[in-house]
Amino acid sequence: MELIYAAAIGVLAGSGVWLILRPRTFQVIMGLTLVSYAVNLFIFGMGRLTVGRPPIVDASVAPDPAALADPLPQALVLTAIVIGFATTALFLVVLLASRGLTGTDHVDGRESES
Amino acid sequence: MIDWLQHAPIYPIAVPLIAGAAMLLLADTRRGTRAAIALASCLAQLAAAIALLALAAGAGGVWPDGIGVYLPGDWPAPFGIVLVVDRLAAIMLGLTAVLGLASLIYSLARWDRLGVHFHSLFQFLLMGLNGAFLTGDLFNLFVFFEVLLAASYGLLLHGSGVARVSAGLQYIAVNLVASFLLLISIALIYGVAGTLNLADLAVRAGTLRGSERLLFEAGAAVLGLAFLVKAGAWPLNFWLVRGYGSASAPVAAVFSVMTKVGIYALLRIGSLLLPTGAPAAFSLDWMFAAGLATLVFGAIGLLATQQLEQLVGYCVIISAGTLLTALGMPGVTLTGPALFYLLSSVLTTGAFFMLVELIERTRTFGANVLAVTMDMFDLDDPETPNRSDDVVGVAIPAAMAFLGLAFVACALLVTGLPPLSGFVAKFSLLSAAVTAANASLQPADAWILVAVVLASGLAGIVAFGRAGIRIFWSADERSTPRLRVSEAGPVAVLILLCVGLAAGAGPVSAYLDDAARALDQPAQYIDAVLSARTARPLESH
Repeated sequence: MELIYAAAIGVLAGSGVWLILRPRTFQVIMGLTLVSYAVNLFIFGMGRLTVGRPPIVDASVAPDPAALADPLPQALVLTAIVIGFATTALFLVVLLASRGLTGTDHVDGRESES
Repeated sequence: MIDWLQHAPIYPIAVPLIAGAAMLLLADTRRGTRAAIALASCLAQLAAAIALLALAAGAGGVWPDGIGVYLPGDWPAPFGIVLVVDRLAAIMLGLTAVLGLASLIYSLARWDRLGVHFHSLFQFLLMGLNGAFLTGDLFNLFVFFEVLLAASYGLLLHGSGVARVSAGLQYIAVNLVASFLLLISIALIYGVAGTLNLADLAVRAGTLRGSERLLFEAGAAVLGLAFLVKAGAWPLNFWLVRGYGSASAPVAAVFSVMTKVGIYALLRIGSLLLPTGAPAAFSLDWMFAAGLATLVFGAIGLLATQQLEQLVGYCVIISAGTLLTALGMPGVTLTGPALFYLLSSVLTTGAFFMLVELIERTRTFGANVLAVTMDMFDLDDPETPNRSDDVVGVAIPAAMAFLGLAFVACALLVTGLPPLSGFVAKFSLLSAAVTAANASLQPADAWILVAVVLASGLAGIVAFGRAGIRIFWSADERSTPRLRVSEAGPVAVLILLCVGLAAGAGPVSAYLDDAARALDQPAQYIDAVLSARTARPLESH
């Protein structure tokens, strides 16, 4: 499971970085989205990959740390998703405004001379 | 009866949050009410910052060792959220409050009417800045970074226009990537150290061994990288000049404190991690090298650029470079003078960004670009609705004289010539460096610092001399603008504050040296945070 998980993060991050370095704004935003997926998965993975362990303590029985997943990375990842989503949405608006104002989807606001 | 003073650390976050949210509920037409709320909020933040400055100095005996710990959720330190106020945090809060108030007053002249929700975004930016200075754990640092960045995206685009939108696009992309770096490093550090509380992290970092230590180092290196992007260190600062240069004047002014958040974070976390062996990027060698490169880049940029806004942008970079270089020197002797330089340079660049916009009004389009360049690129006068000269309100007399004097004062402050605070800052920095060189800690480094700082000052003198001659002496097609009191006032006040800094350099330096010494003894900070008592006793099972 670890190998698949790590490979998925690697592929997402790699594709994301390549896309971010492209000159078209749409490619950049897709790249940012892919990188944000990779980062979110990475945060989640840092809580260690476990199966069948809830992150919530049952008040009726004495808590056993070995049977519980670490809840903190899950809380972090929720926050990161929300913030990443909001800022990416904002970026999308700016992207559209830039397209409308400059008439091109190049990140510099003008076509390169080649 | 609530003990108001006990809750003082939360005010710089709560006040702008409530004020910003309240203004969202008001209709756009109620400008007077909004301006009043924004002003009241900024004044309240200033009052809170002054109170915290006094408390951190030990006034009233509330925090005897100068470190106040506030537990917003009333959970003890490694588990709950903490806000920590020490001298350094209080200084940064005070600086933010002063600059915020000045920019706000300037913006009331007309900039706040150019787009929607200016005041709300402005308050949220201040909230993010204050929160980043106060927070005692890494993830909240990220959250407050995002708050201030999200607000800054909106503010950068305020006023719209092609230049702002395309500069904003790049600014947002770079900062989004930097935020992802921050997240990666936070996840890595949490994965190995199991904590995000800075004080707890400082303790646990020393206990990591073998592969865990390596992973921690990697995480810390990425963290440092993210902070260096925010601080504007070369080669991660190419977004800065264009972004700041195209922002509207009051926004750019308050942005000049934003790069210092990165410096603050490097300084704070570096001081906590230093006793257990600082990881790369927080280690002194790296900061020193990055600072030198930034300084050289800034100096070359200053000489190369012709537009005034960009000139000030390069001043921000030089300021970041000087700070990084000074903080990269071993020992604590340079930290106090570096903090003095930080205060002086932030106030100066803030005033300068606003002044530049006033100066720009005097010129007809294209006067700032060489005639050859204009022909080459076939530039026409674009529509500049933001720069109309229809001034309503009280205008000040002798506008040109004011602009000229203010420009000279700003140039003196930036380049570090006497008699203003820029000189005091650079002189104390250089004298501390020479002392360090004579103490043969790392004499070569100290002399390099002296040489590069002086050379960057010289580049500044050349650049500003040239710009000043072009603006004020060789003026053919210039109109004398009418300046309002509310526009000239904030610039004058910021410059006068720098004069005040120079006049009161003794007590201010003493305070800053205390802050530097406290940074050198992180054990106090760690103890204060980890032993913070909750308001209600914890139930024991």
